[in-house]
Amino acid sequence: MKEFKILAVIAALVGITYYGIEPYAHHIMHPEVAPADFSFKTLKNVDTTLAGNAENGKVLVEANCIACHAIDKAGYPAIMPNADAAASYGVVPPDLSSSGRIYDKNYLANFIFDPVSAMHLEGKYTPESGKQFPMPAYNWMSPQEIMDIVAYLQSVTPKVTEGKETNKATFEAACGRCHDMKYAGIQATTPKDNLKAYMGATPPDLSQYIKSRGEHYLHSFVNDPQVLLHGTSMPRVGLTEKAQEEVIAYMEEIGDSKKAERESLGIWVMLYTFVFAILAYLWKRKIWSEVH
Amino acid sequence: MAEFKKADSMLEWFDQRLGVVNFVKVMMTEYWIPKNINFLWAMGVLLTVLFTFLVVSGIFLLMYYKPDVNMAFDSVNYTIMQEVAYGWLFRHIHAVGASVVFLVIYIHMFTGIYYGSYKKGREMIWVSGMLLFMLFSAEGFSGYMLPWGQMSYWAAYVITEIFGGIPVIGDELVVWIRGNFYVSDSTLTRFFMLHVLLIPLAIIGAIVFHFYALRFPHVNNEEGEFFDFDEEAKKYLAGNKKESKVVPFWPVFLSKDFFVLGFFMLFFFYLVFFHYNFAMDPVNFDKADGLKTPAHIYPEWYFLWSYEVLRGFFFEIAGVSGKDLGLMAFGFANAIFLVLPWLDRSPMVKPANQRPYFKYWFWFLMADLIVLTVYGKLPPTGANAWVGFASSMTFLALFIALPFITKAEAKKVGGK
Repeated sequence: MKEFKILAVIAALVGITYYGIEPYAHHIMHPEVAPADFSFKTLKNVDTTLAGNAENGKVLVEANCIACHAIDKAGYPAIMPNADAAASYGVVPPDLSSSGRIYDKNYLANFIFDPVSAMHLEGKYTPESGKQFPMPAYNWMSPQEIMDIVAYLQSVTPKVTEGKETNKATFEAACGRCHDMKYAGIQATTPKDNLKAYMGATPPDLSQYIKSRGEHYLHSFVNDPQVLLHGTSMPRVGLTEKAQEEVIAYMEEIGDSKKAERESLGIWVMLYTFVFAILAYLWKRKIWSEVH
Repeated sequence: MAEFKKADSMLEWFDQRLGVVNFVKVMMTEYWIPKNINFLWAMGVLLTVLFTFLVVSGIFLLMYYKPDVNMAFDSVNYTIMQEVAYGWLFRHIHAVGASVVFLVIYIHMFTGIYYGSYKKGREMIWVSGMLLFMLFSAEGFSGYMLPWGQMSYWAAYVITEIFGGIPVIGDELVVWIRGNFYVSDSTLTRFFMLHVLLIPLAIIGAIVFHFYALRFPHVNNEEGEFFDFDEEAKKYLAGNKKESKVVPFWPVFLSKDFFVLGFFMLFFFYLVFFHYNFAMDPVNFDKADGLKTPAHIYPEWYFLWSYEVLRGFFFEIAGVSGKDLGLMAFGFANAIFLVLPWLDRSPMVKPANQRPYFKYWFWFLMADLIVLTVYGKLPPTGANAWVGFASSMTFLALFIALPFITKAEAKKVGGK
C-alpha cells in the first residue's frame, strides 16, 4: 500500500511538471486561432448562386486566360518553358487543369474577380509598394461571366480516384510552383532566383513540415496563412477541405513514412513488455516469499 | 607460476583461471542489500538498463549519422528515419531514452535526498552520483546538437554564449568551445566527438566508480537504520532468511528490480511509439538556420530549472547587471547539489517525513523546482519574469538556509 502511495506522489509531481511544460506552455506559445473556413464566406464579390454555362465559359477562357495559363488536360499546353514563364511573370502561372477540383468554387470566382483580396495579400500589394500581382483583376466581368468560367474549369478537370497518386498531384498543383519537397524528389517549378525575388525569401522545403508544424497547425495555416503568420507573403490558396486533406496526407506520406509501421510495431512491443512485466512480478513474488 | 590440476568441468576450468566462483559471490550472490526497501531502490538498475539502451541505439545511429552541417539534418531525418530499416526505432529509443533517463535520474537523486542517503559515510556515493548527473547533462546537451535542427542550433548558441559571461576569459572561452566565432561545422564535429567518445567513456568510468562507492557504506534503507551487514549476512547464509535484514543482490534484489523494470518499460515504450514529441521537439524538424531565430528558444525540459535560475535575474541589483547575477546564480545552482552532504548539518539519517524541519525544506525545494521548470519554458515576459525571479531567489535562499535549518534540527532531536 505504501508503495502505491509513493507511486501516486511521483505520478502527481511528474504529471504537474509535464502539464506545465507541454500542454500549458504550448497553449501559451501557440494560442488557438479562428477555425479554418473552407467556404471562404468573407469573399462576396461574385454571386456564386448563379448557374454557370461551361460552353460560354470556354469562349471566355480562350479569350482571357490561355495567353498565360496552360490547361493541359483540355488541350491548351504551356506557351513557354517554366524558366521563361517565371522570368516573365515572376512565378510560373498555374496550369488550370485541376483548378475546378482543388479550389473552392466561391474562392475561385472571387479570385478571378480580384486575386489579391482573395489571397489575403492586401498587405503585400499596397499602392505604395509599387508591386503588382501578375494576374489582373477581372472585376469588369459580370458575375454571370465569371461563373461561366468557373463552370468551364470544373467541367474540364479530370476525375480522380482517392489515393497516393491523387495526393501527390494535388500537392504539386497546389504547392509545387513555389515549394520543394526534397524527400520526394520534387523541386519547385519556379527557379529559385525568381522565387526569391517574387516572394521576398525562398519558400521552405516542405519535406518535414508534417513534423515541424504538425497536422493541427497545417490545417489552419494552409487555409489562411495570415491567421497564424501575419504578414507572410504566402497567399491563401483557396483549397477545398478535401484537397487540403490530400495535400496534408501527402506531406505525411513523405515526411512520416514509417507512421503505420511505428504504430503497429508499438502494440506488439508493448504487449511483449507487458508479458515480461507479469512474469517478472510472479518471479519476484516467488523469490520474496522466502525472505519475508 | 601456480600449479594447475586438470579441471573436471568447464566452470572449474574458468574458475582456476579467472576466479569466477568468487567473483559471482562478491558481485552477485553475496553482495548484500537491505531488505527494507521500496521500488525507489530500483532506479539504479533502471538507469543502468536505460544507459545500455542509449549505448546500443546510439551505436546503430552512428552507422548512418553524418557529422557535417550540410548532411547532418538529412542523415537523421531522411536516411535514419525513413530509409534504413527500423532506423526510426533506434532514433526514437535514443531520443526518448535520453529524456526519460533524466526523469529517472531526478527520481533517483531526490530519493537520495529524501532518505538522507548522502551522509554519514555515504558522501562519495552522492558525489559520484552528482558527477554522473553532470556528465549526463553534457552528454544530453552535446547530443541535442547533432540532428542540426533549429533548436539544436539555437539552444547551442544560447548555452555556449553563457560562458561569455565568465570574467576575463569569457569571450575567448566561447570561441574555444565553438571552434569558431559562431556555432558552425567545427562546433558540430567537436560536439559529435564529445557525444560519442569522450563523455560516454567518462560516464562508464563514473558508473563503475559509483557502484564501487556503494560497497563500503552499503545501500541505505527505508528507515535509515544502521546495522551490521556482516552479522545479517551470516544469518541469511545460515538459513534465517526471514529474520535477516539483508538480501543478496542476485536473485532477490534483482527479482524486484526486474518487476519494476517491466512496468517501467511498458511506460517507456508507450512514449517511444506513441508519445515522443516531448523528447523530439517539432521545432527541431526545421533545419538549423543561423539567420532565422525561432520565436521561442528553450533547452530540453531537464535543463529548464537551471535555465530559469539563469534568466530569473533580469535587472541590475547594486550595480551588477542582471546577466552577471544570473550567471552567478546559475553557477551556484549547478554546483550546490554536489556539496549537499556538507550543507546538511543534522546527523539524522531518516526519511524526510520523520525529520522535524528538513521535511518542510524538502517539499519546498520540490515545489520550487517544479515552478522553475514550468516557467523556464514560458516566455519570460510580464508576470512570468517576476515569478522566475522569485522562484530563483527561493532556490538560492533554500540552499543558504539549509545549514541553519538542519543545525536547528540537530539541536531539537539531540544528536539522534
